[in-house]
Amino acid sequence: MRRCLPHPCARLAAPLLAALLLAAPAAHAEATLYETFGGEAGIARITDDFIANVYADPRTSPYFAKASVRRLRQQLADHLCAKLDGPCRYTGSSMKNVHSNLQIDRAAFNAVVEDLQEAMQKNGVPFRAQNALLARLAPLHRDIETR
Amino acid sequence: MRCAPVPSLASSCARVPSTGGRRLPHRRSAVLARAGSRLATGLLALHALAAQAQLVVPPADRSGGKLLLTGGVSQVEGAAGGGLTPWAVIGGYGTRGQWGANVHATRVQTQAFALDTHGVAVGIDDRVELSLAHQSFDTRAAGAALGLGAGFRFEQDIVGAKLRVLGDAVLDPDLWWPQVAVGLQAKRNLQGSVVRSVGARSNSGTDVYVSATKLLLAQGLLLNGTVRWTRANQFGLLGFGGDRSNAYRPQAEASAAYLLARSLAAGLEVRQKPDNLGFAREQTAWDAFVAWAPTRHLSLTVAYVALGDIATVRRQRGWYLSAQAGF
Repeated sequence: MRRCLPHPCARLAAPLLAALLLAAPAAHAEATLYETFGGEAGIARITDDFIANVYADPRTSPYFAKASVRRLRQQLADHLCAKLDGPCRYTGSSMKNVHSNLQIDRAAFNAVVEDLQEAMQKNGVPFRAQNALLARLAPLHRDIETR
Repeated sequence: MRCAPVPSLASSCARVPSTGGRRLPHRRSAVLARAGSRLATGLLALHALAAQAQLVVPPADRSGGKLLLTGGVSQVEGAAGGGLTPWAVIGGYGTRGQWGANVHATRVQTQAFALDTHGVAVGIDDRVELSLAHQSFDTRAAGAALGLGAGFRFEQDIVGAKLRVLGDAVLDPDLWWPQVAVGLQAKRNLQGSVVRSVGARSNSGTDVYVSATKLLLAQGLLLNGTVRWTRANQFGLLGFGGDRSNAYRPQAEASAAYLLARSLAAGLEVRQKPDNLGFAREQTAWDAFVAWAPTRHLSLTVAYVALGDIATVRRQRGWYLSAQAGF
């Protein structure tokens, strides 16, 4: 610390920290997370792409082989909307019940995360907003993973 | 409503835009049509029905299940982490139930010196990390001034081990506690007589560290703190212990990395070092880095490093360049 604190560190650290601090309120003032995702229509598009991705992904498709796609689509959209503080309520079964027999492991969970990231990316959701949603979904791994 | 059995998934779910589920039956039926076998078609339908009755869990992949960059990059002594500092993450892309491995090559060049490191790391079950690294420290022209001869090299081998003891750095943003790992780096300097002649007490030492790493996912900010008990002079390149101290003392290290995209992170690191040699004082090192992982198999890290005085040569600063390949 002796040498570092006075100038050289501060020179580089200051702009980086400033960028970090400025980024947060800017995103908040402009739009809610729900709006950033494009509201109902945006969530519908992301849900469709997400479902397409998980069926196209050999790491995840077997887990969805028995699912009703129509039902999956409805419940995913509701779930995402609710997690984004949108005007929806998820009325499906608990995450634990839905996934209890699927033997989902961490690798499969992460694969689904990537499929969702691809869907958000494709629909132009800003990276920070993507992470805000993922931060709300990530704790679900405790209910979803069973091996 | 349920989707009909697998072979007719496409028609019953036609309104869902292009699910990959469609492809499989199509490819199957195309192959079968060529074969022209009705018997085979019948058998396939039976098979599909049987598959419906019992969920088919895919054979688990043995590797590659971690999210991009969540295994860190290779720090200068070969452990998974940032550039200067080990993190609590386990190296490689193997997650729970998997394994991963990578190799890396790193060059650090300051005004007077150059350090080349290469090594290999293996991560098992996202629990244990084992690493080997070899460092070669080129004194270049300064070697002559130091009485060692121009281009004299100090070489060092490092065997590392790390154990994740609790927490999950990535998927538990709602919990306050970080991922914590304990690790060690057993180092042996190959120029034993030289390092002793400049005042080091030993040519080997074992650093022990505790790292805590937390990804604040919503903010896209990764924080790491490490405490390392060490008596290494310039990471061990100038031996271990000296006239001022020969004791293992705790040294603080910290990293902050901001995620700019899934494949891109930029951050700052700072690392205290012991100051054991009276004739060659040491100061805290720091760096500013950018790490880029275009795929799971490759990452590149570029950093500006300031290492302080090295072997009496003042204020060593320069570039850090590292490439990692693995799975």
